[in-house]
Amino acid sequence: MTFIINILSLGIPFSVALLIASLGEMFNQRSGIFNLGCEGMMAMGAFLGMLVPYSIGKGADVPGIYNYLGLMLATGVGALLGIFFALVVVTFRAPQGIAGIGMQMFGVGTAGTLFRHFIGGTQSVPGINTAPIPGLSRIPVLGPLFFNHNPLVYVAFLLVPLSWWVLFKTPWGLRVRAVGTHPRAADSIGIQVNRVRYQALAVGGALAGLAGAYLSLCQAKMFSDEIIAGRGFIAVALVYFGQWHPVKIMGGALLFTLAQALQLAIQGLGIDFPYEFLVMLPYLLVIIVLAFSRKTQKMGPTSLGKPFNREMRT
Amino acid sequence: MTNKFKTGYTIGVIVLAILAAMLLGAVILLAIGADVMKTYLVILTEPLKNKIGVTEVLLRMVPLTIIALGITVAYRSGIINIGAEGQMAIGILATTAIALLFPNLPRAVLIPFAILAGAVGGAAWGFIPGALKAKLQVSELLSTVMLNYIAAQLYTFFLRGPMLDPAEMTMGSGTPQSMRLTRNLDLTRFIKGTRIHSGIFIAIALALIIFLLLWKTSYGYKMRAAGASERAARYGGINVPKYLIIAMMISGAFAGIAGAIEIAGVHRRAIEGVTGGYGFSGIVVALFGGLHPAGILPAAFFFGLLIYGADMTQRLVGVPANMVQVLQGIIILVIVSTKMILANPYLMQRVEARWHAVTKRPGQEVQS
Amino acid sequence: MEQQTKAIDNLRIEHVTKRFPGVLACDDITLEIGKSEVLALVGENGAGKTTLMNVLMGLYHPDEGRILINGEEVRFRSPNDAFAYGIGMVHQQYMLVPNMTVLENIALGCKQSWKPWKLDLSLVRKRIEGVAAQYGLAVDPDAYIWQLSVGEQQRVELVKTLCLGAKFLILDEPTSALTPQETDELIALLKRMAKELSIIFISHKLQEVKDLSDKVAILRHGRVVFQGNTKDHSSSDIAALMTGHEVVLPHNDAPACTMGPMLQIRNLKVRSDRGFLALDDLSLYICKGEIVGLAGVSGNGQRELAEAINGLRKVESGQILFDGEEITNRTPAQVIASGMGYIPEERNTEGIVPSFSMKENFILKDTTSPQYNSHAFLKNKEIERDSEALRQQFDIRSPNIDVAAGSLSGGNIQKVILAREISRNPKFLVAVYPTRGLDMGAAEFIHKQLLQKRNEGVGILLISEELEEITNLSDQVAVIFKGKIQKVLPSSEASRRRLGILMAGVKDDE
Repeated sequence: MTFIINILSLGIPFSVALLIASLGEMFNQRSGIFNLGCEGMMAMGAFLGMLVPYSIGKGADVPGIYNYLGLMLATGVGALLGIFFALVVVTFRAPQGIAGIGMQMFGVGTAGTLFRHFIGGTQSVPGINTAPIPGLSRIPVLGPLFFNHNPLVYVAFLLVPLSWWVLFKTPWGLRVRAVGTHPRAADSIGIQVNRVRYQALAVGGALAGLAGAYLSLCQAKMFSDEIIAGRGFIAVALVYFGQWHPVKIMGGALLFTLAQALQLAIQGLGIDFPYEFLVMLPYLLVIIVLAFSRKTQKMGPTSLGKPFNREMRT
Repeated sequence: MTNKFKTGYTIGVIVLAILAAMLLGAVILLAIGADVMKTYLVILTEPLKNKIGVTEVLLRMVPLTIIALGITVAYRSGIINIGAEGQMAIGILATTAIALLFPNLPRAVLIPFAILAGAVGGAAWGFIPGALKAKLQVSELLSTVMLNYIAAQLYTFFLRGPMLDPAEMTMGSGTPQSMRLTRNLDLTRFIKGTRIHSGIFIAIALALIIFLLLWKTSYGYKMRAAGASERAARYGGINVPKYLIIAMMISGAFAGIAGAIEIAGVHRRAIEGVTGGYGFSGIVVALFGGLHPAGILPAAFFFGLLIYGADMTQRLVGVPANMVQVLQGIIILVIVSTKMILANPYLMQRVEARWHAVTKRPGQEVQS
Repeated sequence: MEQQTKAIDNLRIEHVTKRFPGVLACDDITLEIGKSEVLALVGENGAGKTTLMNVLMGLYHPDEGRILINGEEVRFRSPNDAFAYGIGMVHQQYMLVPNMTVLENIALGCKQSWKPWKLDLSLVRKRIEGVAAQYGLAVDPDAYIWQLSVGEQQRVELVKTLCLGAKFLILDEPTSALTPQETDELIALLKRMAKELSIIFISHKLQEVKDLSDKVAILRHGRVVFQGNTKDHSSSDIAALMTGHEVVLPHNDAPACTMGPMLQIRNLKVRSDRGFLALDDLSLYICKGEIVGLAGVSGNGQRELAEAINGLRKVESGQILFDGEEITNRTPAQVIASGMGYIPEERNTEGIVPSFSMKENFILKDTTSPQYNSHAFLKNKEIERDSEALRQQFDIRSPNIDVAAGSLSGGNIQKVILAREISRNPKFLVAVYPTRGLDMGAAEFIHKQLLQKRNEGVGILLISEELEEITNLSDQVAVIFKGKIQKVLPSSEASRRRLGILMAGVKDDE
């Protein structure tokens, strides 16, 4: 029993990067753009998050402020990358799939190049540690499960209701949803479709950067070329699977991480099962899930993937 | 709009695009304090300075060409294949399996058989996303990427397990690789002292075959129609789902063939890292080559140059080899943006109007 | 948008010109509308009416000319500017986001409800209630748009523009998707609203022009060819001015259905994309050498019928017999092979592959037939020879056969499709809105071709919105309403009035 609790309490922080990135991608897709470059933005975020504390302390412990500066840098640059991507797919109206791959290669390559130059090797950082919530973390079972994590975990799960509110209850969220479903209608009522898309992509990029920084600062506490391991792509798939709704997306993120946690569990139990097949599991799960999620388009962004051009006479 | 203006405009946009790409690359290079011009120079010219360099570039051109050809077939049929890495890996597994199982077959039989096995393996791995898209409307962008990761794990599993070199098992360092495969599989290295092998002729032959397939046969017509306008193709009686699947299988088969040839010609055993990013580079080559075999061959040479040159930059100018991925990403972004800019007639009109306003000489009529 | 927009006493469009690549959409247009006046903007498809209104709404910028409101020049950079002056538009294709509620759709334009962290939906709700009371326009604020019927959605659009403070209303083809009864209701409503607003409405239906407008302006090829008071002119005067010449379309005079049935449709049930039954126990048959015209308001199952016949949509129950052979639920390729020709509704996306050349489009359905295919290789010489011949025969205006088909004009694209279908010698043709958006010359050509084929023994199902086209060409006229055939009449008995009643679903007992 404790074993299961341990696995689950490990699983929850594992899901944070995926969750944050997916919520960001949700804003992208709700505005009509899918961003396969999420992976690249996460890679940049991972590198930049680590860069600040490492440069200051060279691997030794540093005052917490530097970690948070790293997070902010990652988030800021992520937003800039989102805007760069918007330039390509919104202003130039390039096809989003290929452009996303280009963005991914650019992001991953740049992160790798900069990392090798400035840090190199397999340096690690102490990163951000767990911050148990006083009192609550002592509750049996629920305590270690929910209240004994590093601060970003709490932030990530708070992001779920926050993004729900922003998307469904604020004027900006209304504009985003309109622009992603019927941009022509939004345009005719005076909403600047392209500007809203830029904003959504900036938010998505920022969250992707934050997610990447989480991986390097809180989870792995280091950087490597493989650190993102496809989470950016899984995030894009998750948004489809979660039907562009924050709560369902959170469910999906937990589900996928469970598959990963399962891998650790089985290894931990000493069962002799080929390691590689366990690692495959989350990716396989994505395909299975995609195969069975008939997009119920009615409530989602039906203009996803289509560039907007006012001068086009349909 | 005059033709002269149109050509001038197109050239102008392309030149601006190239400059933008180089500028973006320069930004990253400056961030790491590298000498920008020297880096570009090294990448583009260093490999060509001697015989070995040139053949090494040609060597990389082989898988790039073949994979790009496969990606072109898929792209023109309306499906984007990002899974070439995985398809190549599965192709390599199939080839290695054949070579391990039938080491004594004569060369003339083994080589085609093994390459065919590679094609079949790749085709099977391409069939999956193709069928998922055709039958269940699953986005191939996501399924192919996932299959890459799955294939990578399968590959490692086989290399560490059933296909592990017996020598490694007894005294080796645990490197996941197969044994040195039978010499009957070797593609001839025809220039002494270099690694260039007869696979390059296969690549050129495949380019010709794809050209004929896409533009001279009814199969190619149907695939291109399905990719150009899926609705109209359907209304014209073309079975779009079937051709989507066929296109993905061809695309996967080509990636598999590329893998087979890399093993037979270069490495002569299955090792880690063989796919070496060719799956993604192939996409850039296909786009850069205008999705046409005639363009792909020179594009593959150019990117072979880029990749080999980038290997040298670490040593010569202190720029990490990852830079090649950065450049490839930039090139993709720039190409797709440029294509869309050129395809925008309104923009062209407005630029022409501006141009005429600025350059109009007194007494000269403005052409509309 | 401000609730307190100033009243518009006078709106003047002066010398407005708008160009698109290859098209002069508006050519030096000058119009004036006064307070509480209703102006009808009339013209054929492509005359420039919608473009002009989009300029007035700030969606397009005029290349030349200006707009004056109450004597002052105004510049609209975007619809927001137009709204600020109180101009509102109800487009032909409704600008409503389907997966949001009525309330949310209106809130989208109502900037006062945009509080920093919250949408003030109660403010919007109050506005809706106010408008509903003032004009008698009832809508359910909490309904999702996709749940509403076409007529209800239009009411939402009207409520939306009024909530956003419109003092000047532009309506683009307001009755195009309504039955005659809904049209009457709308006209009565607009008459009420005209007491307080000025209205421009675009139409090519002369009856409503007569009923509703004070002034009428006629556009042809982007120019104003006539302006005047409605009551001073008769419908036939206006019709003649619209088309520019005596309308003499080819007429079908020959006797029909002497050669036996070609296409028999029995008790067909077919679902639409939305899931409901688009065809509900539909039966119809067309003989060899006969043209049956299918009249009906767009959206009553015409598209689904054409698609079902051609194997593009699943038939749930029922039967389609083609020349005695059952073709129900066969693949499109099989239906084509059995001799069916199809001129689809959307020429650009269903009829041709726009990026392919003209000659490549000609062989779209014939890539595997022996005349063009030898061991899977295409016989280029034969293809070019036959394509060139077709181009001449059908008088398709283009530099050569290698131009991209999508770059041709609408009429020429339709000719390409027609040429392809006819040259395959089909036994039957399904022609869906074949002359939509085409000029008179192209329409005439197509009608001639259709009649010729009919005389050669080909059966034709002609689906059209233009009652005149149907009555001129058809031997029999069938009226479709909500997926069923209301009645089949011989063409001689199909008067406009009778067809209008049948199209509205009223059983006629003559």
